[in-house]
Amino acid sequence: MVCGMSGSMWIGDLERTARKAARWLVERTPIRSLRDWGIAFSLWPVHFTTACCGAEFAATSAPRFDAERFGFLPFTGPRQCNLMVIEGTLTRKMADAAIWVYEQMPEPKFVIAMGACALDGGIFWNSYNIVRPKDILPVEVFIPGCPPRPEAVARAVIELQKRIRRGEAIGLKV
Amino acid sequence: MASRSESESQGQERAEAAPSGEAEALLSKVLEGLSPEISTVGSAVSVKVPPDCLKEAAQRLKAAGFDHVKAVTGIDRPDSGEIELVYHVSSYLDPKLSRWIVALRTTLPRDDPETPSLYDVWPSVKYHEMEQREMLGIRFSGHPDPRRLLLPESYKGIPPLRKDFKVKVEGINA
Amino acid sequence: MSEEEHILELLIGPQHPASGHMRLVAKVDGDVVVSLRPDIGYVHRTVEKLAETKNYIQIIPLVERPPLADTANHNLGYVLALERLLGIEAPPRAQWLRTLLAEMTRIHSHFYGIGIHGIMLGSSTAFMWAFWDREIMIELAQRLTGARLTYSYMIPGGVRRDLPPGFEDEMEKALRYLERRIPDYHKIFFDNPVTKARLEGVGVLRKEDAIRLGIVGPNLRASGVPYDVRKVDPYCAYPELDFNVITREEGDSLARVMVRVGEIKESINMIRQILKKMPDGPILEERYLKMIPPKWKDWMAQHRRIKLPAALISLRPPKGEAVARVEAARGEAVYYIVSDGSPKPYRFRVVSPSIRNVVLFEHLIRNCRVADIPAIYGSLDYFPPEADR
Repeated sequence: MVCGMSGSMWIGDLERTARKAARWLVERTPIRSLRDWGIAFSLWPVHFTTACCGAEFAATSAPRFDAERFGFLPFTGPRQCNLMVIEGTLTRKMADAAIWVYEQMPEPKFVIAMGACALDGGIFWNSYNIVRPKDILPVEVFIPGCPPRPEAVARAVIELQKRIRRGEAIGLKV
Repeated sequence: MASRSESESQGQERAEAAPSGEAEALLSKVLEGLSPEISTVGSAVSVKVPPDCLKEAAQRLKAAGFDHVKAVTGIDRPDSGEIELVYHVSSYLDPKLSRWIVALRTTLPRDDPETPSLYDVWPSVKYHEMEQREMLGIRFSGHPDPRRLLLPESYKGIPPLRKDFKVKVEGINA
Repeated sequence: MSEEEHILELLIGPQHPASGHMRLVAKVDGDVVVSLRPDIGYVHRTVEKLAETKNYIQIIPLVERPPLADTANHNLGYVLALERLLGIEAPPRAQWLRTLLAEMTRIHSHFYGIGIHGIMLGSSTAFMWAFWDREIMIELAQRLTGARLTYSYMIPGGVRRDLPPGFEDEMEKALRYLERRIPDYHKIFFDNPVTKARLEGVGVLRKEDAIRLGIVGPNLRASGVPYDVRKVDPYCAYPELDFNVITREEGDSLARVMVRVGEIKESINMIRQILKKMPDGPILEERYLKMIPPKWKDWMAQHRRIKLPAALISLRPPKGEAVARVEAARGEAVYYIVSDGSPKPYRFRVVSPSIRNVVLFEHLIRNCRVADIPAIYGSLDYFPPEADR
């Protein structure tokens, strides 16, 4: 409750109103498009090499295919990263680790599922030890292939960038 | 098919010409008194001993120059109620022995497969025995580190490589 | 403070800067590692159990997925075991083509090892250089087989494709480029005082321990044991090639890296010899060639590849078992198949080089600094999906 100098009173929580106003302002263009452009071109995946697709993921950051021109820099600590690429098969033991790493990442955060094993099991579909990433994490983009070519990974990054800039991928926990 | 079985026997002959006589003679001399059954099967010299003679046979082979174990395999045979345990051993240093792979095998009863660990004879079996223990349920008494190697801690159920463990065929569950 | 309070248990978990898939549980006292225990199984994809549910020819892609950076050698090991079980032998030209792909794969797998080791030590330049030079061999393998890493090139009885036209000239250009490039690696990365300070004398593996623990590959040869399956139990075209087994006596991390670089140079020489001496002839065994319908003969001669005969899909080997070993890039791989006459194997066992080397984590990383952990880890060229299968 705020009392004005002229004797009038406003009833309500100023903090909450201010926050609502700020969010409304940020959601309007041009600030929103600026923010989405910033997020799209600084997608840093966390160094979470899941399985054998990691070799092609490493090749994507290598000089021939150079994903860093999209702002895609694999970084070491999850607290500074906003993208997680599930490269390949997710086993039960690794799924626990994936959830812990995902929780540590700050928002907005995105997940890309790479490879046939991350889609629906791939060649290991009938194994007793694997988990489908879609069931435990909110995946934005799927990349088919076994392993997908680095050009496909670059295309997935561009696809995610387009989705972020169109406003379809929010990356917040709702 | 007639032509296939004909060249299959030719192939077996060719493979048998390889280790054959010399290796079998050496092994009968090294392992005499332990009632071994020696034969050449698929390019390895197979030596079958009764389960209580396994450790003694291993010690004699080690003294003869076979200094490391390449693989430890457990084969589940439910129709005869036994589990066959095969140690593939060879030599690094001795030039004559390193050409041969000796398959030291024994059979254990399926309901209670227990055998002395060969870790004191060949330390190279450590991780192989750990894996066969969790995959088939064979107990290796005297093993220095009997813990789970590959399966997740939360796994409960029959050992996966047994034949009664049927792999799910209709899709994966999280 | 009492003794137990000095020791801190550090979990270097599956997500760590030196790239993941395994956890190291280290007990550290200040900056000195007292003991280390590897915790593996994060990529355990149950290849052995799944192989019992697939036909023999479907196991070829399954066998290639664990050692992803080094697929041709493992493919070769499996196919050799299967051919011993069937009692057949591939024709000479197919054997030489297999050797060619195996040596190309060895080169790009060793570059992968060097690159990953560079990242672990903090030198991302080494990563960039190694992965660029690796792409040359991958591109040539793509011209030969059609895929970047998972070729599925070798089938029981032979190989699937023949050399495309112009391959020999492109390969010669590539080999000359690599030969000019490797001295630069020595100048910048290997003779570098920082590299020497981090790798020399770190993680010394003595010869007796290497033999006792059953170590394989360049790790074994860097400790003075000249054991290479290509010389001890030769397969394919290796009896007719002239090459040296690179060994070193020191057994430290720098020796392991140098053995790998030496093997790259030997492989370059071997590829030249293979292309010069390769015999002509069919690329698939006669019996299987006869099974392909005659209308495909012209197409096969024109495109220099074969059409997979339908009989290979439901292959039924005779009852029995077979074991085969090959020298993969990381060490010796052993394949053991037990068949009961049905189209699926009864028991399939694969022992990859990495599971045999995993004991070195416990053995070598003791009484050293925490910063030595990535230096030793990278020098072992340990690939977790291959160890966990």
